[in-house]
Amino acid sequence: MNNFFIIAIVVLIFLVIFQISKASEYVSILKGEEKSRKQNNKINGFLMIAFLILGLIGVWWCNDILYPDSGLKVGAASVEGKSIDEMLWITIVITGVVFFITQILLFWFAFRYQENDKQKPLYYPHNNKLEIIWTAVPAITLTVLVVFGLKYWFKFTADAPKNAQLIEITGHQFGWEIRYPGKDGMLGRKNYKLTDPAKSNSLGVDWADAASRDDVHVTTTMHVVVNKPVKLVINSQDVIHDVGLPQFRLKMDAVPGIPTTLWFTPTITTEDMQKKTGNPDFVYEIACDQLCGKGHFTMRGVIIVETQKEYNAWWIKQRPEYLKAKEFITASNANSTKAVALIR
Amino acid sequence: MNEEVLHKGPLVVHDTGHANHEHPKQTFITKYIFSQDHKMISRQFLITGIIWAFIGGFFSVVFRLQLGFPDKTFPFLEDIFGHWATGGRLDTEFYYALVTMHGTILVFFVLTAGLSGTFSNFLIPLQVGARDMASPFLNMLSYWFFFSASVVMFASLFLQTGPASGGWTIYPPLSALGDAMDGSKTGMDCWLASMGLFIVSQLLGGLNYITTVLNMRTKGMYMTRLPLTIWAFLFTAILGVLTFPVLLSAVVLLLFDRHLGTSFFLSDIFINGKILPNEGGSPILFQHLFWFLGHPEVYIIALPAMGITSEVISTNSRKPIFGYMAMVGSFFAISSLSFLVWAHHMFVTGMNPFLGSFFVLFTLLIAVPSAIKVFNWLTTLWKGNIHFTPAMLFAIGFVSLFISGGLTGIWLGNSALDLHLHDTYFVIAHFHLVMGVASMFGMFAGIYHWYPKMFGRFMNNTLAYIHFWITFVGAYLIFWPMHYEGLAGMPRRYYDFSNWESFKMFQGLNEFISIVAIIVFVTQFLFIFNFFYSIYKGRRVTDRNKNPWGSTTMEWTTPVHPPHGNWESEIPEVHRWAYDYGKDGRDFIPQTEPIGVNESKH
Repeated sequence: MNNFFIIAIVVLIFLVIFQISKASEYVSILKGEEKSRKQNNKINGFLMIAFLILGLIGVWWCNDILYPDSGLKVGAASVEGKSIDEMLWITIVITGVVFFITQILLFWFAFRYQENDKQKPLYYPHNNKLEIIWTAVPAITLTVLVVFGLKYWFKFTADAPKNAQLIEITGHQFGWEIRYPGKDGMLGRKNYKLTDPAKSNSLGVDWADAASRDDVHVTTTMHVVVNKPVKLVINSQDVIHDVGLPQFRLKMDAVPGIPTTLWFTPTITTEDMQKKTGNPDFVYEIACDQLCGKGHFTMRGVIIVETQKEYNAWWIKQRPEYLKAKEFITASNANSTKAVALIR
Repeated sequence: MNEEVLHKGPLVVHDTGHANHEHPKQTFITKYIFSQDHKMISRQFLITGIIWAFIGGFFSVVFRLQLGFPDKTFPFLEDIFGHWATGGRLDTEFYYALVTMHGTILVFFVLTAGLSGTFSNFLIPLQVGARDMASPFLNMLSYWFFFSASVVMFASLFLQTGPASGGWTIYPPLSALGDAMDGSKTGMDCWLASMGLFIVSQLLGGLNYITTVLNMRTKGMYMTRLPLTIWAFLFTAILGVLTFPVLLSAVVLLLFDRHLGTSFFLSDIFINGKILPNEGGSPILFQHLFWFLGHPEVYIIALPAMGITSEVISTNSRKPIFGYMAMVGSFFAISSLSFLVWAHHMFVTGMNPFLGSFFVLFTLLIAVPSAIKVFNWLTTLWKGNIHFTPAMLFAIGFVSLFISGGLTGIWLGNSALDLHLHDTYFVIAHFHLVMGVASMFGMFAGIYHWYPKMFGRFMNNTLAYIHFWITFVGAYLIFWPMHYEGLAGMPRRYYDFSNWESFKMFQGLNEFISIVAIIVFVTQFLFIFNFFYSIYKGRRVTDRNKNPWGSTTMEWTTPVHPPHGNWESEIPEVHRWAYDYGKDGRDFIPQTEPIGVNESKH
């Protein structure tokens, strides 16, 4: 019933608008088309300047409401993110200036030079000097932005610092698996053909590689130490996913068959961030940023940034995945060695 | 001379009688269905495009309902979509199908076929002074390939497993494996088949446009006298002819991967508990092939809108376009650079950073010719005598939206910023403003401007004004606030944000955006109604006002209802460029008028 009424009202409004429009067309013929055209011109000219003024107020108002939520107010929570914020600000200022100048000129000209019997349009087909100026100025400005951008781009995509903590993150429909190397600091070799969740080997780790035996595998939640660089090795088991880290201002795709890397240095612990944002539920989230299937929007991971002491307390409780998987290896030893032999 | 020639013969309102002298008798089928007349084909493209725009727009309203009101149910959705919206709540899989179809339909069927298909077909022969396209038969085939592509795509909406749902960019492995999502089953095959047909249509059309512009210009119509619309269509067609085949190769290879067990794009996959045998393929290869078309595609959409805007702004400012050669040069620069920027869509795929730096450079470089265009449009308005016809309003709207959306391209093209903003709502805001809504505005400008020539009748102005202002204000209300969501890192293509601590504070904003989107969608009915009503009941264009906007270009020298062949007698000769407005104190001088003895030079 409700729907019916809404449709009826919309249709009625339509009919009214249509009748008015039709009537105005007849009126314009009666009144003289030229005259009513000029009247319409005046109305639209006024609306142009009204749009400009209300628009500028709207931009300010929108900023007032939404800026606190944009993340820029709280600021980035990583060293690299701070550089990106800085670059964002430079870009906002430069494009902002161009935005305001061009939009104001556009609507001001539209208003100022609306049809008027007294003015003669200026025959002004070209001016080489002007054209050179507005080719050169954008070119120079953009060069500045390119230089800034590439400086950071090469920095972020270069090798991670030597002291970075290595962590592997693997995406699958629809979740994240996280693997830490043990004492040896090396992740064990993997082969996707060995994947078998039933045998406690959902990542396809090759247990024949000695480096794999002390690796720790956890799901969804990653622990990292504040102010210590983290190097992520990113994998995918099925389709393309993306490790999106909004508060650290970085992201990188997880591509099946092609490992990627990403490194960053978190600067604020989760606890401090809860205070800073005033949100006691705040957590750093890993958002999948590449459409990966119907559960894409549920593909959430969590990063807990903590002090070295808290991290150590958590780490000491973790047990290598190999200990769980071992029983299956002895049970079907023959198969597993055969598989390993095949791979070699 | 043209005036004389035109008024010599009897003025025929119904073109059929006259056209029959030169052509075999026209039946309903040869005139309205398998027509080889470029004007009829352009109307076919336009009306098909409008129907698709309605479908694509409706889909966006449906998924905006989900985004704006994630915890409400809408029983009427179940009436329309059946098991896809059980209990009035969209199925997540179907949500992604709607998103995918919205993108595919709007990008390819509306803004490529509907925009350049319509106006290239309509304007190229009329504005260069040709009786028809170089090959009217291929032109007809071009429409019918597009039509069959439409039929296949439309049919896929009714599949049990749904249409393609992996995003309009159809990245494998998601699109390659039926196990990954329901939409990657038969729906994906339909998508690929449809796109194959669509590419054929684009190639037939594009080759025709290029040939016609290069070879069939009337006497005196040098390339430097072409209206900017024609330059835009020429570059659009060249882009299409050079890039669509690359998409076809991606389509074919993807089909092989899906059905023949090849591994072009697949490697190391464990899905649904199954270990797939494919090894050694690269999903990134697909992205390179896709974006080699995909980025020029953006300009295939934008250039015609720029051309139309240039023409409309100059005509209605009663002033020549400022910097004609700079405009042509910037078309050329944009088109050439558009081949060198595709990988800026792939900064976060783990590509070689050194390679990435070149794409940053070229991407930001493309802002220079775009800036030149904007400054030239502004200077054209400056000291003009502006007539706010509906077309002019949409052209001014285009410039405004193009500035707003174009400037954020400078953010996204800078790879370091893209690391943060990639695949967030910031990208949605950017491309909707700069190529979605802006090009839609270019299309509206074109329709309102050339409607009298297309149908011999006028559209209702009041409806057009209301249509413009609500759409324009609405476009900004919808897309402006999305930038803030993007800055917070809010990802695209999420069905629901309520479990995300980082994004759920935007729920109120999402609701607001959805409401505005619905209002703007409903407003489009004013246009649709105005369009179809005016075909039959609009005020007639008479001989007295057959050049209603006072244009210099050649299409207005044809009879009110141009016959097949466009001019009833000889095609007029061209003596000047297309922008002699306000010269020597005259309001406008048609291109067909010889240079006067005392005329000043420019």
